[in-house]
Amino acid sequence: MAGRTLAFILALLAGTLADEAAAAPRQLTIGITQFPSNFHPNIDSMMAKKYVLSMAQRPFTAYDPDWELVCMLCTELPTLENGLAEIEPLADGGEGIALTYTIQPDATWGDGTPVTTDDVLFTLEVGKHPESGVTNAELYRRILEIDVVDDKTFVMHVDRVTFEYNAINDFELIPAHLERARFEADPSTYRNRTLFDTDTTNPGLWFGPYKITAVAPGASVTLEPNPTFYGEAPYFERIVVKAIENTAALEANLLSGSIDMIPGEVGLTVDQALAFEKRHGDAYRITYKPGLVYEHVDLMLDDPVLADRRVRQALILGLDRQALSEQLFEGRQPVAHTSVSPLDWVHADDIPHYEEDLERAAALLDEAGYADLRNGIRHGPDGRRLAFTLMTTAGNRSRELVEQVLQSQWKRLGIEVRIENEPARVFFGETTSKRRFDHMAMFAWISSPENVPRSTLHSEEIPSEANGWSGQNYTGFKNAEMDQLLEDIERELDREKRKAMWRRIQEIYASELPALPLYFRADAHVWPLWLEGVVPTGHQDPSTLRIETWHAADPA
Amino acid sequence: MLSFLIRRLLGAGLVLLVMSLVVYVLLGLMPGDPIDLMASGDPNMTSADVARLKALYGLDRPLLERYANWLVAALQGDFGFSRLYAVPVLDVLLPRLANTCLLMGAAFLISLLVALPAGMLAAARPRSWLDYGINLFAFAGFSIPSFWLALLLILLFAVELGWLPASGTSAGAGAGWLDRLRHLVLPVMTLSIVSTASLVRFTRAAMLETLRADYVRTARAKGLSFRVVLTGHALRNAMIPVVTILALDFGTLFSGALVVETMFAHLGMGKLIYDAVMGNDFNLALVGLLFATLVTLLANLGADMVYAALDPRISYAR
Repeated sequence: MAGRTLAFILALLAGTLADEAAAAPRQLTIGITQFPSNFHPNIDSMMAKKYVLSMAQRPFTAYDPDWELVCMLCTELPTLENGLAEIEPLADGGEGIALTYTIQPDATWGDGTPVTTDDVLFTLEVGKHPESGVTNAELYRRILEIDVVDDKTFVMHVDRVTFEYNAINDFELIPAHLERARFEADPSTYRNRTLFDTDTTNPGLWFGPYKITAVAPGASVTLEPNPTFYGEAPYFERIVVKAIENTAALEANLLSGSIDMIPGEVGLTVDQALAFEKRHGDAYRITYKPGLVYEHVDLMLDDPVLADRRVRQALILGLDRQALSEQLFEGRQPVAHTSVSPLDWVHADDIPHYEEDLERAAALLDEAGYADLRNGIRHGPDGRRLAFTLMTTAGNRSRELVEQVLQSQWKRLGIEVRIENEPARVFFGETTSKRRFDHMAMFAWISSPENVPRSTLHSEEIPSEANGWSGQNYTGFKNAEMDQLLEDIERELDREKRKAMWRRIQEIYASELPALPLYFRADAHVWPLWLEGVVPTGHQDPSTLRIETWHAADPA
Repeated sequence: MLSFLIRRLLGAGLVLLVMSLVVYVLLGLMPGDPIDLMASGDPNMTSADVARLKALYGLDRPLLERYANWLVAALQGDFGFSRLYAVPVLDVLLPRLANTCLLMGAAFLISLLVALPAGMLAAARPRSWLDYGINLFAFAGFSIPSFWLALLLILLFAVELGWLPASGTSAGAGAGWLDRLRHLVLPVMTLSIVSTASLVRFTRAAMLETLRADYVRTARAKGLSFRVVLTGHALRNAMIPVVTILALDFGTLFSGALVVETMFAHLGMGKLIYDAVMGNDFNLALVGLLFATLVTLLANLGADMVYAALDPRISYAR
């Protein structure tokens, strides 16, 4: 009797599962490792949120998979050539720029209200308000004012002319017809009362190919096609994004069919994907897309030993980074020679590269005064051991493996390395941002195509108590020519001249070595064999910005 | 009895008050506040932006002043906003509490139903094959790391057999109770195996001790059957140390199911508290930890009540 009851229960459970599987062809279930912290497009930024919201909203401009800036919500990119961008004098004597954008004529919020310039004005009002909680305040500071031409066209006046003058990727619209009253009632508590978080499934919040129809906080977000979307109708009738933080559980969910795919943007690391591919590679399509995430070792230039350029050069010559990439990542993560990705059009191929050269490295260390080798460790003239501490984020398996390789490779040169890792919140919240590491800090910078590294290399960006610890020049790098280049390059509109400046920036970086470049991280995308049309980008604009092109290979 | 209850409840209130201060101060002393972390990842944030956001979130004020403000509001029923989830703290916490109660309640019940008879049987036949078998299960149960056990169960029941979902609390909006039940099976099984294992050992040890007592020998000498002596005389006495362990375990289970919740993406209190602490969500971490403390205190109070029921010599009346 008990056996029959158990069999009945199991059959019932299995039956429910079978029903789900049969109803799946037009549904796509995506597994990611984080859950969005909130759903307001302009408060807090995190990739998990951007990944989800890119299905339900569209920015005015974005980078396409070829890393070219394109219009998404606008109809034409304003340029000086087409006359939609015009340089104009500012009251203070400087130069600004007026940019004319036109909203897609059929763009409509999910409740049927047209997307208009009133939404643009409201978004600016919220962005400029000091108490609104909007994170990217710099974007709104740069916008001096917006003139409305009509319901769909507006002119944005910006306070400076930079080469990326027409990129307003982070200017994400919020619906004035739903949010204005809430905001105006009390701007300081708006972030706690916004409909994006209190009524996320309100269709009037979304104008992308999908709208959010259900949210299980911390667990999943369900999206269904938005009938008012101005572009091509998407293929899938339902998309469920599930958050499963543990990557082993994420893989198990994929194998069990609970999820269909793991995106590269917020999924497995390359080493995890490589291990998965070895075991189950035949059943999935696994794509590695190198991107803009630049892994490197920041060197503390205040340290008298590391202040010597010969020591820094010896450190990089003592590394076989190609072998590191091959051994740990099967060559999927390309070796970095500077902070500029080889996929970026401004990357310079002809600057000096540092291949492993132990003889030259040893000679440089001898020359710098570290010729005295005792018990396998070099000593300086003052008897000080040539020893450094290397720090990174504890628990990040890839980085911990890289640390061990670096440690063993430098040992061959007589350099002692002590590993001292910290939890990410301590490492980023205190150690790097307040320059509290003694010698080396290994981490990554995430940038965008042709991203000027002013905050990491300009001497005015060295964090200190006096400047409230702002800036990201954690190494303390100071170079007058680099400072000038960083200031000039933003204002240089001529692509050829700019490319020459970029080359010089990379040349100085490679010769001065304020940081040791390691590799560019790749995104590992795991898709079912039947899924087509997904184009990974490798940059900060996720593949979901083109979700209407995703479809099943053989529509049921 | 009533005065004992009132005294214990007042004591619990005092403990909660002290805990709230200790937890608040410890959280405040942790390095890296959320705005600093945000600034370290955003090159466009100026020191003025950092100052503005800190003021907006109240992070610019002294720790004790922030605590006092929180306490005054909490006493009026306002536990504040979760910074991580952008909703009132109780809106996040209560559904998680319900999930945890369901998970823990089921695991607790199954552990009791399995561990008590198994422990008694092992004690009744010491050094028999049955005892060895039960001990083997118990040692295996608490030797296996729960994350590994969870993975094995997922691989077997979700990947190989495809009978049960690998993770989550439900298939989504509109899912019925059967779906909820299916999602509970694997996490409950993992927790039950681990907690049953230790409970079996405690029950066996306590029962063995009791069976050696003089009154048990006397009862047997009177001619009572071993079964009657075991269930009617020894069990109640053997239960006193077991109840103590259960009460302590309940609080640990409540906040300590972090591994199981992470592996099964089960939305419970353990994971919520962990995320809140790591994400510097003061309000949420604080209220979550206070709930965990409260449950431990109540479980201990319950244990004291059960002592009185089990042993007539214990009385709280004055």
